[in-house]
Amino acid sequence: MRHIISILIENEAGALSRVSGLFSARAFNIESLTVAPTEDASLSRMTIVSTGSDDVIEQITKQLNKLIDVVKVVDLSEAAHIERELMLVKVRAAGKDREEMKRIADIFRGRIIDVTDSTYVIELTGNGSKLDAFLEAIDRSLILETVRTGVSGIGRGDRILKV
Amino acid sequence: MQLTGAEIVIRCLQEEKVEYVFGYPGGSVLYIYDELFKQDKFKHVLVRHEQAAVHAADAYSRSSNKIGVCMVTSGPGVTNAVTGIATAHMDSVPMVIISGQVPTAYIGQDAFQECDTVGITRPCVKHNFLVKDVRDLAITLKKAFYIAKTGRPGPVLVDIPKDITNQKCEFEYPKTIAMRSYNPVVKGHSGQIKKAVQMLLEAKRPMIYAGGGVILSDAAERLVKLARTLGYPVTNTLMGLGGYPATDKQWLGMLGMHGTYEANMAMQNCDVLIAVGARFDDRVIGNPAHFAEVSRKIIHIDIDPSSISKRVKVDVPIVGNLPDVLDELQKLLEASAGVPDAKALAAWWKQIDEWRAKKSLKYKQGKEIIMPQYVVEKLYEVTGGEAFITSDVGQHQMWAAQYYKFDKPRRWINSGGLGTMGVGLPYAMGVRFANPKATVACITGEASIQMNIQELSTAKQFRLPIKIINLNNRYLGMVRQWQQMFHGNRYAESYVDALPDFVKLAESYGHVGMKIERPADVEPALREAFTKHKNDLVFMDFLTDQTANVYPMVAAGKGLSEMILAEEL
Repeated sequence: MRHIISILIENEAGALSRVSGLFSARAFNIESLTVAPTEDASLSRMTIVSTGSDDVIEQITKQLNKLIDVVKVVDLSEAAHIERELMLVKVRAAGKDREEMKRIADIFRGRIIDVTDSTYVIELTGNGSKLDAFLEAIDRSLILETVRTGVSGIGRGDRILKV
Repeated sequence: MQLTGAEIVIRCLQEEKVEYVFGYPGGSVLYIYDELFKQDKFKHVLVRHEQAAVHAADAYSRSSNKIGVCMVTSGPGVTNAVTGIATAHMDSVPMVIISGQVPTAYIGQDAFQECDTVGITRPCVKHNFLVKDVRDLAITLKKAFYIAKTGRPGPVLVDIPKDITNQKCEFEYPKTIAMRSYNPVVKGHSGQIKKAVQMLLEAKRPMIYAGGGVILSDAAERLVKLARTLGYPVTNTLMGLGGYPATDKQWLGMLGMHGTYEANMAMQNCDVLIAVGARFDDRVIGNPAHFAEVSRKIIHIDIDPSSISKRVKVDVPIVGNLPDVLDELQKLLEASAGVPDAKALAAWWKQIDEWRAKKSLKYKQGKEIIMPQYVVEKLYEVTGGEAFITSDVGQHQMWAAQYYKFDKPRRWINSGGLGTMGVGLPYAMGVRFANPKATVACITGEASIQMNIQELSTAKQFRLPIKIINLNNRYLGMVRQWQQMFHGNRYAESYVDALPDFVKLAESYGHVGMKIERPADVEPALREAFTKHKNDLVFMDFLTDQTANVYPMVAAGKGLSEMILAEEL
């Protein structure tokens, strides 16, 4: 099962390596990991996407809670939540491909944020499958480069992760 | 008052009422050692290798419940210490390690004696810190001591760059500490404890399984009280020995890979199991799938939530500090109208006595060759069961655990989790510093003892009257045993050739050496060592049977009740 785990962690040097080290040391899966400071500069928020049986996910949350710098851990996927990922795609956009690329980007509500004679950079946000679908929809041979942030997640409504 | 970082380190250690620092100086810690030189509130124990400093501090802690402290320099000082730190971490021993680091401006420059200490030690400490500002030093050390001893204990490392130790700031040692990210649970959940009481009283074939947590949290007396109230059988893990008196009739012996027949059979066949400060590890329950084949209700008390339902599914988890949880359990039990099912219990004890009748620890001592088990039994008699016993790792460790009957906690000091050869002698040193009048014996083998043999020099400097019981079978015994049993008698690299003359070696350090070759000489030699040479370090080199194996044995991957017994061979 795929789980999205959110962590509030003290914004100290080495905090990321404590979390990533835990995952590798205990042979837990990481599909993606994002981290950045929060509005409170002393805290960082991480979103980790992992897969595993219920037992494994239970161990992951327990082991994360055990890290001294970790303030809070929540399994977002336990209840209603939103997940988003940002992707930047650089594509070849020349001749007849130029118009077609713009059209597909519009359909996916992507934005073209860099333009040259022969290339576009398209910015796209959504859940992982939407981003995958976009890459499927365009001509593969035109893709020059892609970069994805990994998933960020937040609970819906009253579900709030805060100190 | 303005103090330098080095002075602050010393003051913090004094505030923490540290008695001994085990360490080894070097470039990055010179300012600290300079301040250490100028004070006399605590003593420094100079070891001969940093690994031994950590082991000694570790045993100091294990044998006293005070926090062991050690100090090493940057680079090789730290890397040498890593085995010791990992050893303490696996057995949840509270410790503080202070390491020097190259000056702040040099970090990351591949400076002389630089290593990424925080990175290298991260997986084998409870927590670690790199101090980057002298103003953070006192609070960081306070946190280190607090984290080390609270919750599930463990080693905490504080890495201090050299320039920080020479900078000044205002010193104030915080009296208390609060961390928003670290709040270990103390009291157990009342509802869960109620459920546990109910389950215990309904048991037909109950079993109490107690581990190292009982020792670490000083809960032995409460465990005994609980067991006596219920009249249920008790087993200890290797780490839990001494947590319940081994001479008590309710005690079934140690369980696990080399546990007694009765302990393993009762563990496998019980219908209600209460795990007290134990973690169902692979050397204890064998194959978890086989263990789960028999259905039983499990109550698990542990301070670390991640230890619960990690290897075995648990019915009633109770997270909390053992003494607090056991107090509440006892209270509810005594207030309860229910009592244990006497008839079922009598039948269960009858079954256990049948298992006991197998006498799974019996062995034959002939007239010619010394059996290692015999040496441990005689050591038990000669010391009246009152000694602190340290061991190294291997066959001798298992024989020590099986044949020395520990009645009190903190008397059995060994590396259970990591299984580190070479701990025995430095452990004995640490025990003796924590218990200056105690009788201390190190049960070891000719291979393990050579892994920290240089500490004979430290023992001489501090006149530590340790008795080294060297069970010398000229083999890496446990390796040889596995090769015999599972690798077709191919003894790859397990014969220990070119041994030193241990008697002369001991004498060259100014200690007493004895060589014992015949069974009839075992007891007289031990008596001589513990009376005539009471105040000397005595290296007793016992030439023992080369083919003796440790039994019973649950082979790796097998189930608990699938033991190989000595008589079956």
